Amino acid sequence: MTAFLLQYLPILIFLGVAAALGVVFILAAWVLAPKHPDPEKISAYECGFNAFEDARMKFDVRFYLVSILFIIFDLEAAFLFPWATSLMHMPHGVAVFAFWSMMAFLFVLAVGFVYEWKKGALEWE
Amino acid sequence: MGLQAIAFYVLAVVTVASAFGVTTARNPVHSVLFLILTFFTAAGLFVLLGAEFLAMLLVVVYVGAVAVLFLFVVMMLDVDFASLRAGFARYLPIGGAVAVFLLIEMILVSGAVAERGAAAHVKPLSGENISNTEAIGRVLYTDYLYDFQIAGLVLLVAMIGAIVLTLKHRPGIKRQTVADQTGRSVRGGLQVVQVKVGEGIAE
Repeated sequence: MTAFLLQYLPILIFLGVAAALGVVFILAAWVLAPKHPDPEKISAYECGFNAFEDARMKFDVRFYLVSILFIIFDLEAAFLFPWATSLMHMPHGVAVFAFWSMMAFLFVLAVGFVYEWKKGALEWE
Repeated sequence: MGLQAIAFYVLAVVTVASAFGVTTARNPVHSVLFLILTFFTAAGLFVLLGAEFLAMLLVVVYVGAVAVLFLFVVMMLDVDFASLRAGFARYLPIGGAVAVFLLIEMILVSGAVAERGAAAHVKPLSGENISNTEAIGRVLYTDYLYDFQIAGLVLLVAMIGAIVLTLKHRPGIKRQTVADQTGRSVRGGLQVVQVKVGEGIAE
């Protein structure tokens, strides 16, 4: 367990350094930088004009479609990782079974992929 | 061991604090960003438990994809949060009842876990020194075949559902047709015309 966690020690150190650096930058800007705000200086600046409208606007629903299709294939790839690492370490009969089990899974998703391709869901009009 | 304890407490505190931030942030986009922080620290807690694959899955799937989806949804819905807040007092009793039930369930479950251990009845897969990912791979595609295939079918249903619900083809929009583009030849696309001086070409 400890040997396993020691592999993650660099990430922990990295996180610590990143957090410390971020705090140092914010504090330094807060303490050292000169601050003389006035209403014109801190007003929104958009190419010299006043801002026309709120920056948050409705997104087209097509972004959502692309995003959800991405999630689905992301999950498919996530299922492939344990399969790829363990397949060659199984006994032969089990490995053949696991191989075809994954092929059936991929076939089901390939059917969905053909469907979305034919529907034109991947096209960006 | 000391470092592990420190890491656990820091991650746990950040997880709880950012989960609290998700519910209390005024701006929904900030809520989603807090949610991403919660996912990250929860992934760190999984690593501390030794569940390496789950931790990476949390980062890849939840941080990479689900959080983006939530951001889109938050931006797409354009919810008026002032009007949502207006019904706060009216929905307080039923919301409070649901929260109390959830709290009781959590106390019961964690009490049972503390008494008997989380997985006391489950034997570890093997004493061998195999990695987390491989241990999952050894059983997922064989012993848990049905669950695996059902997961595939659920993904298929989600895919088709998303397409049926959101895909609308707008008429009158020019699309690229790759087959037509590549099937085009010199004969069809190019024409050499002898134009007489001063006459031009009549279409």
